[in-house]
Amino acid sequence: MIVVAPAGKGGMLLEMEGITKQFPGVLANDRVDFDVRSGEVHTLLGENGAGKSTLMKVLYGLYPADAGEIRLRGEPAAIGSPSDAIEHGIGMIHQHFMLVPTLTVAENVALGLPTGSRVRQDLRPVRKRIRELSDAYGLQMDPEAYIWQLAVGERQRVEIMKAIYRDVSLLILDEPTSVLTPSEVDDLFVTLRRMTDDGRGLVFISHKLREVMSLSDRITVLRGGRVTGRTVPDETSREDLAHMMVGREVRLAPSRIEVETGEVRLSMSGLNVAGDRGAPAVIDLDLAVRGGEIVGIAGVSGNGQRELAEALAGLRPVESGKAAMGGADTTDMTPKEIRRLGVSYIPEERMRDGAIGDFSVAENLILVDYDSPPMSRRGFLDFKEIEEGCSDLVERFTVKTPSLDTPTSHLSGGNIQKLIIARELSSDPAVLIASQPTRGVDIGAAEYIHSVLMERRAQGTAILLISEDLDEVIGLSDRIAVMFEGRIMGVLDKEEATVGHLGLLMAGVADDAA
Amino acid sequence: MSDFFTVSVLLATVAAGIRLAAPFLLAALGETLGQRSGVLNLGVEGVMLLGAYGAYYATLRTDSVLLGILVGLAVGAFMGVVYGVVTLALKAEQGISGIGVFIFGLGLSDLLFQRQVGTPTPIDGLRDWEVPLLGGLPWIGEVLFHQNVLVYAAFLLVPVLWYLIYRTPFGMNVRAVGETPEAADSLGVSVNGTRYLTILIGNSMAGLAGAALALELGIFQQNLTNGHGFIAIALVYFGAWRPAGVMAGSLVFGLVSATVLQWKTLGIVAGTTASIVGMFPAVLTILVLVIVSRRTGAPSALTRPFERGR
Ligand SMILES: Nc1ncnc2c1ncn2[C@@H]1O[C@H](COP(=O)(O)OP(=O)(O)OP(=O)(O)O)[C@@H](O)[C@H]1O
Ligand SMILES: [Mg+2]
Repeated sequence: MIVVAPAGKGGMLLEMEGITKQFPGVLANDRVDFDVRSGEVHTLLGENGAGKSTLMKVLYGLYPADAGEIRLRGEPAAIGSPSDAIEHGIGMIHQHFMLVPTLTVAENVALGLPTGSRVRQDLRPVRKRIRELSDAYGLQMDPEAYIWQLAVGERQRVEIMKAIYRDVSLLILDEPTSVLTPSEVDDLFVTLRRMTDDGRGLVFISHKLREVMSLSDRITVLRGGRVTGRTVPDETSREDLAHMMVGREVRLAPSRIEVETGEVRLSMSGLNVAGDRGAPAVIDLDLAVRGGEIVGIAGVSGNGQRELAEALAGLRPVESGKAAMGGADTTDMTPKEIRRLGVSYIPEERMRDGAIGDFSVAENLILVDYDSPPMSRRGFLDFKEIEEGCSDLVERFTVKTPSLDTPTSHLSGGNIQKLIIARELSSDPAVLIASQPTRGVDIGAAEYIHSVLMERRAQGTAILLISEDLDEVIGLSDRIAVMFEGRIMGVLDKEEATVGHLGLLMAGVADDAA
Repeated sequence: MSDFFTVSVLLATVAAGIRLAAPFLLAALGETLGQRSGVLNLGVEGVMLLGAYGAYYATLRTDSVLLGILVGLAVGAFMGVVYGVVTLALKAEQGISGIGVFIFGLGLSDLLFQRQVGTPTPIDGLRDWEVPLLGGLPWIGEVLFHQNVLVYAAFLLVPVLWYLIYRTPFGMNVRAVGETPEAADSLGVSVNGTRYLTILIGNSMAGLAGAALALELGIFQQNLTNGHGFIAIALVYFGAWRPAGVMAGSLVFGLVSATVLQWKTLGIVAGTTASIVGMFPAVLTILVLVIVSRRTGAPSALTRPFERGR
C-alpha cells in the first residue's frame, strides 16, 4: 500500500484539473477544477444531474475521464480502478449503499483487505480494531451483526467505518445524509469533524443547504457539468446557494392559500400492520384526511411510517383494523384496485419500488396507466400520445435526461426520484400518499414538488405526507401527526406545531406528560 | 419385497447409494462454488461428459487410473477457462452459454469416442479400497469404508468447500461477489478474477465427476452421464447453496437410485412397472424443486454479469 504520508493541516491533498467526462448525449463534467486541502470539508453542490457523482466516480477510478489531470499531494496520479484509489488513500461513500447484506459488519469492513493468512481468515483483530475505532470516532456498532439486520443509520456508520479502518486520507461522501434522521446527522458530523481534526480531507455532497452551511469549509457549485461558483459559508446564505445552483431565485418555503376542506377521503381506524420480521410496526392507528387537506406524518424513520404507507397502498397486509379511501374499504384490496380508486403513491424506496432500471424513461413514466386511454387504445400503445405526455412531464419536473428512450438506470440518482414523482403526480389523484417526496432531489425540484402538492391540495386531493424533514412537514401540512414506535403520539394543528414541540413528540414524550 | 429387507441386501443398497451419490456430489459442489460467486453454469452435463471421456480414454491407453483422474480434472479445467472467457470477458448470457457447453460436450465426447475407440471397450476402472481399521467395523465398515477413492474424495470435499467458502479470505470474496459485486469492486476486490477462479474450480470438479462415473463403470458410451449434470444443478438449489445441504441432496438421490436398481435386480419390479419406478429419481427432483422453490439463500447477483460504473 502506498499510503500517502499525512500532510500538515492545510496542505494540498487533491487537485483535479480540467476534468471532462462525456456520456452518450450528456457532457457530465466540463473542464472541472476541484481541490481539497487536508483538514477541510469541501462541499460539492449542484442540481440533480449536475455531475457531482460523476466527478467523484472519476476520482475513485469508477469512470475513466476523457480529459484532465488528477494530482495527489502534488504528484500526478493515475487512478484506473477503485484499487488504485484505495492505494492512494482515497475512500468513497456512495450515494447508494455499497454493503454486502449477507455478510457481517466485520466481514464488510475486512473485504478486500488481507486478513489472517491466505488459507485462514482471522477476523478477531478486525473486530478488535472496529471496537477501538468505534470508541474513538463515536460510531456505535456490533461487528458481528449482519448488514441485513441493520437500520439505514447503522449501515451508514458501517460505510464510514470501512473508510476509517482503511485510514483514508481523503474521503468522498456522496449524499451520506439523505437517509439519516436529524440526530443521526448530528452524530455523523461529530465523527466527520474528528476526521478532519486528524488532518483528513473530506468531499461532501448534499442537497440540504442547512447541513452544507454548518459543515463546509469551502463550497463549489456545479451546474450542467461546469463549475459556476466557489464560496465559503461566511460569505453566503442558503438563498444565495440555491440561486447559484439553479440559476434563478428559489423560494425555500412554499406559499399557501386557504382551502375549504371537503369530505374524508382517506381514513384509518384501529390499523395494525406487521413489519418485515413479523413484529408489530403500526399499532392501533386512527387518522383521517379530508379532501383539500395535507396531513403530515412526522417522525424519525423506522417508527412504522414505511409499513403504514405500504399497507395503505396495498403492498403489505393489514393485520387488523380498517383502511378506507374514497368511500371504499381498501383494507384487503390489491395495489391495482387501490390505484383504480384514484390513489397515487410515492414510495420511500423509490429506487427499489418505484422504477424499473432497464426500462426507458418513457416506459417508466407510463408504468401505471399504460393500459388505459390516452396511453393505449384497444390494447395498443399510442406512441404519439405517450411521447407528448412524457416530454411535458420531463420538462415540468426538470428531469434531466438525454432522451425519453434513455434507460432509467443511466439517470443521476435525483433524476430517477423526480421521474417517479412526476408519474405519481401527473394524474389527478383523489388521494395521494407521499413518502419522503423530496429526499435526494435538489432545491429547484423540491420547490416544484412542493408547489405541485399545494396545487393538488387546492384542487381537493387528500394528501398524506410522510417526511422526516421537519421544515417540509411544517411548511406544507395543515395538521401534523407524530409517529413513534408505531403509534401516533399526537396530532397538532399547523399553528401549534413548532420544531421543539414536534421534536419532543418524535422522541416519544407524550403530550400530556410534556 | 421380503428379499429386499434382509440385512445384507439393505447394507449393499446403502453402500451403492453412497457410491452413486459421489458423481452428483462432486459436480454439485463445484456448481455451488460457481453460483456462490454469481455464475450459473448449465453446462455441467457437457463438462462431465468430456471429463468422463477423457478419463476413460487415458485409462484405456495407459492402464493408469490415476492418469485418467488427472485427465478428467484437466479437461474440466480447460472447459472452465473457455466458459470463463465466454461469460466474463465476452459477457455472454450465462444460461444460453451453458446450454451451448452441454451440446458441445455431448457432441464432442461422442465424436471422439466414435473416432478413437469405436466399439465399447471395458477398462479396468476404480477399485474399492478398504480403509484400514475402519473398514473392519461391523455394518458401518461395509457401507462407508469399502468405496473407491473418488467417493472418499467427494465426501471429504464437503468440509473442504465449506471451509473455503466460510473461513478463507477467498471465500468471503466469493460470497461478496455473488451478492453485491459493486460493493466488492468498490473495495478493490477483483469481481471477474474471483469468478474466473470459481469457474475454474467448479468445472474441474465437474470434469472429475465425469471421471468418477466413467472409471466407476469402467466403460464409456454416448451420453454416458444421462442427466447427472442437470440433476447436480438442481441439487445446488435443493441444498440451498450450502455444501452440507448439497451433500444431503446427493445422498437422497443416490439412495433412491440404488433402491430402484436393487428392486430391478431382485425382480421386485419388472417390465412397465420397472420403467415407471425408474423415473422415481427424476420425479423426486421435480418435487423437491417445487418444495424448496422459495429460493431462499440464492446469491442475489446470480447470472448477472458485472460492469463497472452502472
Ligand atoms: N453510467 C452513465 N451512463 C450515461 N449517463 C450517465 C451515467 N452516469 C451519469 N450519467 C449522466 O451524467 C449526468 C450527471 O450525473 P451525476 O450522477 O454525476 O449527477 P449528480 O450531480 O450526482 O446528481 P444527483 O444529485 O441527482 O445525484 C446526468 O445527466 C446523468 O444522466
Ligand atoms: Mg449523485
